[in-house]
Amino acid sequence: MFNEFPETIEIDLRTRVNDAISWLLDNFGGVFDFIATVIRTVLLNLEDAITWLPWPLVLGLIALLAWTATRSPLNTVVLTGLMVMIGMFGYYDLAMITLAIIIAAVLISFIIGLPIGILAAQSDKADAVIRPLLDGAQTMPAFVYLIPALMFFGLGRVPAVIATVTYAVPPLIRLTNLGIRTVTQSAIEAATAYGATPRQILRDVQLPLALPTIMAGVNQTTMMALAMVVIASMIGAEGLGQEVLLAINRIDPGRGFEAGLCIVALAVIIDRITQGFADQYKESIS
Amino acid sequence: MADENATVLLECRKVSKLFNDEGNTQAVLKAIRDGVGKDEIQSKLGTVVGVREASFKVHQGEFFVIMGLSGSGKSTLIRTLIRLIEPTDGEIIIDGEDVTKLSEDGMRKVRRNKVAMVFQHYGLLPHKTVLENAEYGLKTRGISWKERREKAQSAIDRVGLSGWESYRPSALSGGMQQRVGLARALSHDPAILLMDEPFSGLDPIVRRQMQQEFGRLQNEEDLTTILVTHDLDEALMLGDRIAIMRDGEIIQIATPDQLVTNPADDYVASFVEGASPARFMVARSVMSDDPLTARDGDSAESAVEMMRERKIWSTFIVDGGNKVQGVMSWETIQRLAQSGGTLHLGTGARKPVTCDSETPIDELFPLVLNTRHPVAVVDDQGTLQGMITKNMLLEALAHDIDYDEEDPESKPDLVASEVETSNQPSNEVTSV
Ligand SMILES: Nc1ncnc2c1ncn2[C@@H]1O[C@H](COP(=O)(O)OP(=O)(O)OP(=O)(O)O)[C@@H](O)[C@H]1O
Ligand SMILES: [Mg+2]
Repeated sequence: MFNEFPETIEIDLRTRVNDAISWLLDNFGGVFDFIATVIRTVLLNLEDAITWLPWPLVLGLIALLAWTATRSPLNTVVLTGLMVMIGMFGYYDLAMITLAIIIAAVLISFIIGLPIGILAAQSDKADAVIRPLLDGAQTMPAFVYLIPALMFFGLGRVPAVIATVTYAVPPLIRLTNLGIRTVTQSAIEAATAYGATPRQILRDVQLPLALPTIMAGVNQTTMMALAMVVIASMIGAEGLGQEVLLAINRIDPGRGFEAGLCIVALAVIIDRITQGFADQYKESIS
Repeated sequence: MADENATVLLECRKVSKLFNDEGNTQAVLKAIRDGVGKDEIQSKLGTVVGVREASFKVHQGEFFVIMGLSGSGKSTLIRTLIRLIEPTDGEIIIDGEDVTKLSEDGMRKVRRNKVAMVFQHYGLLPHKTVLENAEYGLKTRGISWKERREKAQSAIDRVGLSGWESYRPSALSGGMQQRVGLARALSHDPAILLMDEPFSGLDPIVRRQMQQEFGRLQNEEDLTTILVTHDLDEALMLGDRIAIMRDGEIIQIATPDQLVTNPADDYVASFVEGASPARFMVARSVMSDDPLTARDGDSAESAVEMMRERKIWSTFIVDGGNKVQGVMSWETIQRLAQSGGTLHLGTGARKPVTCDSETPIDELFPLVLNTRHPVAVVDDQGTLQGMITKNMLLEALAHDIDYDEEDPESKPDLVASEVETSNQPSNEVTSV
């Protein structure tokens, strides 16, 4: 008799969720349209700008950034070499599209994540609400984020960016919060003693001193966005992720391997450069 | 040195600060009024008494030092003054205004316009340059970029950091970082400068040097300073008045010489034990406040009587307002007495050597040694307050010499015998 769970106590959550979503769409369609337009505009402009750049200039730019960030000839050569490798595999264009999505996602994550992180740092109550949400978000499988994005925004690049942002923003919030909370009390006290307002303290002391930690958050967010962009290709993100997806569908392991390698290369380039700048700043203030 | 009549810039009235006092603030404050001790309050009520009914006044131009052992509540007290720590009870009057009643915004105005603070751990902004740090107080005040730069630059020059403007604090040594902290405070042009152990993080040689430089700066710029320290030498060297704290309570407020020569209790005594009293004595603590005086026109006969009686061999001639006009020696007066004359400024009176009551003892030596008369201690109107003889100076020093207790022979009886003779009448007439 206990082989079947009694239907009488089954909860029908799925219809409720679906109802809620269609209610939101019916009543706040304008809001979602607006968000979609903003994201689409940002994305298109970024894509245009990046793909407009001639490839030698992009290579030069990567070399320059790698050099200023790491001050290491080896790193500069390797990082630029990785970009050359992407080009030689024939994935230069796709990599640039992926890069545009990543930059857009990280930008939006930053705009959303920073204020939330600041709020969590300045109010214990807000922290108590936000923390469990972040914990939950990070244990959720990445695929789950595709569903609401899909429902609210349909297929395409916009929902892909939104899913990516939702998946990638938690570390930024977490580390912004942590960074601000661990700023030395003595600097804050000094600013207070000289009559700084809470705003001035945030701007002059807390944010600059938390910046290395916040930058570590941006770095993590970027890496997570890169991972998510592959998954988000399932709902229409173009670029390298789509290439991997195609390779899976067509059972073409070689092609998948190439595209996968390019994603790793892109990750390494972005990681090394951002990490390098973060370390430099950290060094300068300690 | 501030005098008693100078304006009171800051006054604390029974300021108390409790930690861990949720729910029993009133009970603890009552216990404090009833005189229950800190330990008892802590064990019975679980509340830490950080500061206990602290009251004091700081005058314009004064250097006020708060001294005490670790944990005695010095930092807590100085922070409550500008409400970096909220006082639990009492009033704090800064420049005529009770700041405990002010709103957040009002308090910010006071911090911006009246006070500046220097911290033990510097409290610099590590991502800003020396110049940007030095101008920080002016920036919160919203002062224009140009004026800010000028004032900050001048402060940097005054603390001797010229050339380091564009460096970050991490490139500087501890002593230099504290100079930046000082420049930040000076550029702020504060009515009151607050300092919490500003020199204690520095190594001894740099510390001494900074203390001396700061003492000079304090004098030159006529700063009003409240300094927290646990370094006795620092307190005695810099302070006009010193407040000694124990268990959150101020147990004595006194000038350095009073503190050393006249400690309020055993605790203060043990605190100042290491100090050599003579080093910190000033004319006031050495002088006799009952000098021998006569008016112009008094009879020489009675003056001779007085001098014999008191065994003092010089008499100051004063006017009706007790202003010193001259000084006459035993020989001169005796000669006048023999001819039955009266004392006149024209009859052999000399111009006396004078000093003020705050002249330090090391500056007294040349004065006292350069005249055979006592040195007249006068106020700034020239009114006679006391006199200092060689004996008095030596007597003061004698208290400061560690005699070998085992060997009574080793204690020279300076006061009674030999030295007294130097001031006794002799037949030689030496000119002054
Ligand atoms: N936030 C706090 N919570 C509880 N007790 C505190 C707090 N801050 C200070 N105290 C207590 O108040 C007392 C005075 O501390 P305070 O830091 O003012 O001492 P101090 O004289 O400055 O010592 P030091 O020379 O070590 O700096 C100490 O007993 C300390 O334990
Ligand atoms: Mg302290």
